[in-house]
Amino acid sequence: MKILSLLLLVAGWTIVLAAIALLRTTPERSIFAIAGIGVEALGLALAIRAHRLRRGESE
Amino acid sequence: MTPASILCILLIFLVPLASAGLTLINIGLGRSRSAAHAALASLCVMAVAAIAYSQCGSAWQGVPGGAGHSLTMAGKEWNWIAAEPLFLSGRLSDGSPASLAILLQMLSAGLAALIPLSSGADRWRLSAICASAALLAGFTYPLFAHWVWGGGWLAQLGASYGLGRGFVDAGGASCIQAVGGLTGLSVALILGPRRGKYMAHGIPAAIPGHDAVVVVFGCFLALLGWLGLNSAGAILFAGAEAGRTVLIAANTTLSAAAGVLATVAITGIRFGRPDASLCANGWVAGLVASSAACAFVTPAAAVAIGLIAGVLVTFTVAYIEWPLAIDDPGGAISVHAAGGLWGVLAVGIFARIPNNAPGQWLAQLVGIATLVGFVLPMTYSLNWLLNRFHHQRVAPEGERQGMDLYELGAGAYPEFVTHNEEFTQQ
Repeated sequence: MKILSLLLLVAGWTIVLAAIALLRTTPERSIFAIAGIGVEALGLALAIRAHRLRRGESE
Repeated sequence: MTPASILCILLIFLVPLASAGLTLINIGLGRSRSAAHAALASLCVMAVAAIAYSQCGSAWQGVPGGAGHSLTMAGKEWNWIAAEPLFLSGRLSDGSPASLAILLQMLSAGLAALIPLSSGADRWRLSAICASAALLAGFTYPLFAHWVWGGGWLAQLGASYGLGRGFVDAGGASCIQAVGGLTGLSVALILGPRRGKYMAHGIPAAIPGHDAVVVVFGCFLALLGWLGLNSAGAILFAGAEAGRTVLIAANTTLSAAAGVLATVAITGIRFGRPDASLCANGWVAGLVASSAACAFVTPAAAVAIGLIAGVLVTFTVAYIEWPLAIDDPGGAISVHAAGGLWGVLAVGIFARIPNNAPGQWLAQLVGIATLVGFVLPMTYSLNWLLNRFHHQRVAPEGERQGMDLYELGAGAYPEFVTHNEEFTQQ
């Protein structure tokens, strides 16, 4: 789960980079950049969940 | 040397006071039985960071217009790493703006490497602290700082893709504060919580700091350091004129003031009386958030930036402790990571940059995405690898004894020790 969360973080960043490099207009870039940050937020949430699960197991 | 260069040198000489301030804050917010360890660790981190940055980090960071490696993507150059000579060969002798930038960066790398100490307090081994600081100052910090301050792809977003002036961070809210704060998050996740921090069912126990006076004195020192950091950074990296130093200093102070007052008000309302340690965090969060936009906002906007930083730090400290269950004894994740990210975003919202093209906020958003989507996974992976080869957390015995006795053999406050023989002789 931890590796998946790291991959999601990197995937979100890649979406943002691709939006800037490949799209032309500001609205299109903005929508995809915000979507990329949403994917990063998912990755962060998953990383925190993995941390809490690991802590629960160790108790 | 020009008068602007002399002013810059004087401002850079103030920057170590920011490190001294953070050190005192870390010491005061930790336990008394780990105080000497925290102080020595800070000194070691500054030493390791200065050497790691000067020997190899500066070569990868570079300066705008210097040698670098670029990738071509969709027909545009993406400068991703510098290619300057190692060991600072011949780069400091002329007193040029580039040499001043290197000096400021060497001190800034130490400041960034100090931040994770707060997240790993009371359980992080000294040798692991030094190794982690070397990774941060020798690789993570220079790489991101090259993108922002060394003419890298983030700084070029304006020229290449028409996004405002490209990513703007005058005083290091991203390069120094957010990079340090996200490394603190990685360290806290890898180390796990202190023993006794979480009780049955995961309810957190309060482990208060041992010296509020030291913490507050650290806040005053930090202000002096930040005045130098923001002013020198704005002149060297954001092209601000020397005359803007007055505005930058006023904005920095106002942001810190608004941050602490917001925290005093919120903790007063929530807990019935202000919380000294959280208020100190509010002060530093205001300083952190002021860094990126200090040269390009009005004093009223600086107050707004500090107010929001103070509110943000109050709620994120509580949220990170519970329900996220991340043990961050000094609040570095909230203050430096959340505060730094907010400071970066604030440029897009409040900054009035002369002759700027639209899209500045999108450039700032790309910077935030890079910090969370690239720097955080990288710093986590580096510290995870380090942990595989050299265990970072102290043995259970060390946590029980306290870091001072276990790692240094003596405490910070020997007069606090109760000597049994003195009582038995009476």
